[in-house]
Order: sequence, then C-alpha cells, then structure tokens
Amino acid sequence: MTLLADRQATHGHEHEHHEGPTGLLKWMTSTDHKLIGMNYMVTSLVMFFLAGIMALLLRAQLASPHSSFLNFQQYNALFTMHGSLMLYLFAGPFAFGGLANFILPLQVGAPDMAFPRLNALSYWLYLSGSVTMLLGFLVSGGAAAYGWVAYAPLSSVQFSPGSAPDLWILGIALTGFSAIFTGVNLVTTTFYLRAPGLTMFRLPIFTWNMLVTAILILIAFPILTAAMVLLFADRHFGTHFYTTAGGGSPILYQNLFWFFGHPEVYILALPYFGIVSDVIPVFSRKPLFGYKGMVFATMSIAALSTGVWAHHMFTTGEVLLPFFSLLSLLIAVPTGIKFFNWIGTMWRGQLIFTTPMLFCIGFLLAFLMGGLTGVMLASPPIDFATHDTYFVVAHFHQVLFGTAVYAGFAGLYYWYPKFFGRMYRESLGKWHFWLMTVGFWVTFLPQYVLGLWGMPRRVASYPSDLGWQGLNIVSTIGAYLIGISFVFLLVNLWVSWRKPVLAGDNPWDAHTLEWFAASPPVHHNFERLPPIRSERPTWDFHHPDARTVAHGNGHRTLVGAGVGPESGNGDGSA
Amino acid sequence: MRIEALFLLGVAAFFGLVGIIYWFWGYEQGGTVMLVGTTLLGFVPGAYYFWWSRRMRPRPEDRPDASIEEGSGIIGSFPSSSIWPFVLGMGLFLMVLSIVFGLWLIAPGIALVLSSLIGVTAESRRGGTV
Repeated sequence: MTLLADRQATHGHEHEHHEGPTGLLKWMTSTDHKLIGMNYMVTSLVMFFLAGIMALLLRAQLASPHSSFLNFQQYNALFTMHGSLMLYLFAGPFAFGGLANFILPLQVGAPDMAFPRLNALSYWLYLSGSVTMLLGFLVSGGAAAYGWVAYAPLSSVQFSPGSAPDLWILGIALTGFSAIFTGVNLVTTTFYLRAPGLTMFRLPIFTWNMLVTAILILIAFPILTAAMVLLFADRHFGTHFYTTAGGGSPILYQNLFWFFGHPEVYILALPYFGIVSDVIPVFSRKPLFGYKGMVFATMSIAALSTGVWAHHMFTTGEVLLPFFSLLSLLIAVPTGIKFFNWIGTMWRGQLIFTTPMLFCIGFLLAFLMGGLTGVMLASPPIDFATHDTYFVVAHFHQVLFGTAVYAGFAGLYYWYPKFFGRMYRESLGKWHFWLMTVGFWVTFLPQYVLGLWGMPRRVASYPSDLGWQGLNIVSTIGAYLIGISFVFLLVNLWVSWRKPVLAGDNPWDAHTLEWFAASPPVHHNFERLPPIRSERPTWDFHHPDARTVAHGNGHRTLVGAGVGPESGNGDGSA
Repeated sequence: MRIEALFLLGVAAFFGLVGIIYWFWGYEQGGTVMLVGTTLLGFVPGAYYFWWSRRMRPRPEDRPDASIEEGSGIIGSFPSSSIWPFVLGMGLFLMVLSIVFGLWLIAPGIALVLSSLIGVTAESRRGGTV
C-alpha cells in the first residue's frame, strides 16, 4: 500500500468545519460546484419532464387523422416548445451544467471550478432564461410557434406577432450566455486545476469530452446569440438582416443558426459519449480499450461537426453540396472508432449488468440506428427525398434520445451514489430501462416508415385515406410507454430518499478520481488524493497488485506472460 | 502546458484549413467569416499558451511522475459563498424582461447589476465570503 499524501495544506482555510448559510440562503449564495451542479440537474430534469408531457400531447393529437384535440396554433406552439426545452434547456444544461459541473472538478482532483462565482452566475442566467422562455405560455397569443430553429421569415414580426417570440429570443440569449460562461469555466478548470501527475492523456474520457464540448460551446453559442440579436433587431428596430425586402437574406439566418445548430448536436452528444466511455470500463472490469483513439475520435468528431452546418440546408439550393456531404460522411469514421472501442472494452470483460451498464448498452443500439440513418441523410439525393418528413424526425430523435436520455440517465444512475451517498434500487432501475427501451423502439421505428411513405413533419393533421393512422397509433403507444417508464425513476428517487441504503465511497470499484472522494463529497472535495500513475488512479490504489496495465502507466510492468481476459488495452505504454 | 497549447493550435489549424478550402470552393461569405473567427478562437489562446510552454518548467500536472506533495500550497482562491452572482443574474433577468414587459423594469435591473458589481469587487478585495 502506498501512503497517501496529505493535501490539507493545499487550501488556505479549513474545510473540515465549513460553516455557511443554510436553507434558502444557501441555495441563493452557494458557489460550491456540487450544489450548483445539483441545481442545474434538478432544473433541467424539470424541463425534461415538461417537454416530455408536451411530446405526449403531440402524440395524442397525431393518433387520429383529423384530430381536434389541439388546434393548429396550439400544436405549433407545443412542438416548438418541446424542441426548445429539450435541446436548449434539458440536453445541454443537464450535461455541461449538471453532470460536468458536479463531476469534472472531482475527476481532475480540484477543490472547485476555476471561477466559482461565474459558475453561480451561469446557473442564475440559465434559470432566468428558462423562466423567460416559459413565460411565453402566459402572454396573449400563446408560446412561440415557429419551430425550435425559428427560421426567418417565419419568425419575423409579421408572421409571428406578439411578445412570446420575443420572450423566446431573449430566453435563448440568456441561456446562451450561461452556456458560454460554463464553457470558459470547464476549459480553465481542466487546464489549470488538475492534480499533480494527472497529465492531459490521463484525464478520464468524460473530462476530455467535456473539454472538447466546452470548446464547441465557445465556437457555437456566441454565433447563436449574435443571430438572436439580429433577429430581434429585425423584429423591432426595422433592420433587414433576414428580409429580402431590405436587401437581407433569410439564408443568412440559416447559415448563422446552423453554424451553431450542428455543433450543438455534438454539444448534446459528446458529454454523453464521455459518460458511456466512463461507465462501460467500470462494469466490464477492464481499462478502456484504445484510450488515445477515443480522445482523438472525440476531437475529430467535434472538428468535423463544425464544418457540416449546411447539411441541414441541402434543399435550399444555396449551399455547397459536395463539401458538406463529404464532411458529414466523414463523421462516421471517428464515430465508428468509438463504437469499436466501446465494444472492444466489453470484449472478454467480466460484464456486470447494473442499471447504468444497461442504459449504456441501450445507448449503443439507439445511437447506432440514429447514426446510420444520419449517414444516409448526409447524402444529398436521399436528403432531397426525405427532407422535412418523419424520417428525419425519427433519425434525430434516435440520436438525441440515445445520447441525452439513455446515456444521460446512465450517468445519473452511475453517479447517484456519489451525489447522495446512497444507492438507488436496482430492480426499479431495470424496470425503468426495459420499459423505456420497448417504448423507445415502438415510438420511433414506425416514424421511419411513415417518413418514407411521405408523412411531413410539423403537421397537426393528416388525411385519413393514406393509411398513416395505424403506425401513428403504434408510435403514440410507444411514447406513452416512455412516459410511464419515468414513473419508475421518480419512485426510485422517492424510495431511496425515504429509505436510504448507504452506498459507501466507491460502490462500483470504479476507476476515476471522483470515486476517491467521500460520498457525498465534502466541502472542497478532497481530504487526500492517491498517487496518480495512470488514467485510473482510484482503481490502481485499491488494487496495488493487479496485473492490468492501464493507459499511461509507465511505472508498472505486466507480471507474468499470461495474457488473461483482464489484461491490457493494446496501447498501454508499459 | 504544451499539450493544452497544441490542442488549441490544432483547433486553429483545422479550421484555418477548412476555411481556405471553403472559401475557394464556394465563395460563400457568411460561413467563411465564421470559420475565420473559429480559427482565431483557437489561435489566440493557443499561441499564448505555446509561447509560455516553451518558457516555463512543466507544472506538476504536466509531469507523469509528479507526486501529490508537489501540488501543495495555495492553488487559488475559492469563495465559499457569495450573494452577488444571484443579484447580478436577477438584475440581468429584469433588464431582459423590461424589453417585453415595460421599460420601468430596467431601473431595478440596472440598480441590481451595479450593486452586484460593487459588491463583488468589495468582496474580492476583502478576499472573504459573504
């Protein structure tokens, strides 16, 4: 056993007996990354449930051809707010505001985020942006109804009058600033607050992916905010950036929006890839297969994703088809590397099918299906035929449900013992998984077929003589199964709150540094740190005699020549 | 520091290359401007880090053989709690709402923003908490 180095001297003041405000005042004044991360997670889960309820209303409308359950304006407002809440207020903030805020400083061995007060400001801007957007439901005329992309000229004051569109635009601007501040915080924390010995190529993959995500945020969100300011000016100050009448161009809006919008897709995907890359090795009892390949695949995906924005605009006829098609197809290569490495990690491992592991496997299947149809859509001839049909709807729901929901809840279950120091109930978690999985495939597979039959997206009503009703009913049933599955999550949280089962600091025998801290972590996180000699310091500390060689472990050799199932990962540098 | 610098310079190199290809293939202005901006986003901090990385000794977190003791000492100041981010956030919230719900809201908004700027400056100079 190696003796632990004492890191007490690191902090200028005592953290054993931290005393601060309590109750509401604590919630308002805390700059602790753990509390802020928890605030982010709770708020974004509320947004997720609100948006999910909206989705159920939309599916109820579509279950019959000429449904009068919702009127057209209500339907348009609901699908707009469903998309906006899910994409702007749930999937992104849940990852980079919630999980990353809580976990990333722990994974790098830092006492807090680099700029704690900026971090708190991010949360307040996120909360006020969310409230601003939701206020649209309360003003006259109802919420914004131009789709989550707010294309000009539909979003102009002529076609979308009232104050709800303004609230939507201002809400996006506020949450945009919140995301930028969080991005700055994540980059600085990763660059400057790592523990000694934790070199860049020993960082957990989740931290790497959050770093790359933060760079994508810094690339994408300022452009979104700029586009929103110009849109607001068009609506109220008489400018003509996006209107042809004054010499502007609606295509400019699409260019600006998608230069944000496509990196945004990967801002919503890469953190979740990181969660999966952290969870699968732990429950395969192996180091990650191909660590460096994983890091470079993340970077390549991020880089390529910023060069493909106009593949959402193929049918405008205003874009460079071969350029955007080529780069879009290329993304399949690093994504394929990731799949290869995830499967390689599980290969001959001792798999333990806990709830987080099941969610990761569910992610692999969902994202594979979504990714393959994405490759199809990257080809302009297919895109011309399926653009704005349910085929596209099914594609991006499989991608985003795979990442934000499957992998997101894998992360929630995986780190739940770290957040609260207590276990969730495994059986309820598995009920959640299986019911959600059935619901997921039943919801979205019929939508591919409907899309190929020609059913357009964003319609509240369809003719009854086209034979679309049967598959729409199937899809609606699936959506309600997904909705019911989340009751199991809530019951699980309730049960573990009322009847706690203590988890201990490291219930999974996990690899990375956050599992070395107490559960829940103390103020300023670490009383002590283990020596860091590989990408999985906690595991090394608890298994000093192990034969495995993790990546970056230059100080331990493989004992014996036998290459057992649990031996190295191929590019270990022993 | 070197890996961090190369990471950011890699961002600049990739988007510089893509920007050049994009401009000479499509002559589309909007996208090219955004790609140039992205190149600068990587180049400016990346060049600064690279310049420093050649003039400083590797930090403990850059060396694979560093021990935990080498990281001891003051590594930063981390305020435990502060009311001012909340005040600033609510001030900005009111200022944004004033655009829709009436300009009178801008007065309390600006008051909150200014008081938070004063408050956070004073708090930093004290170096303490609330």
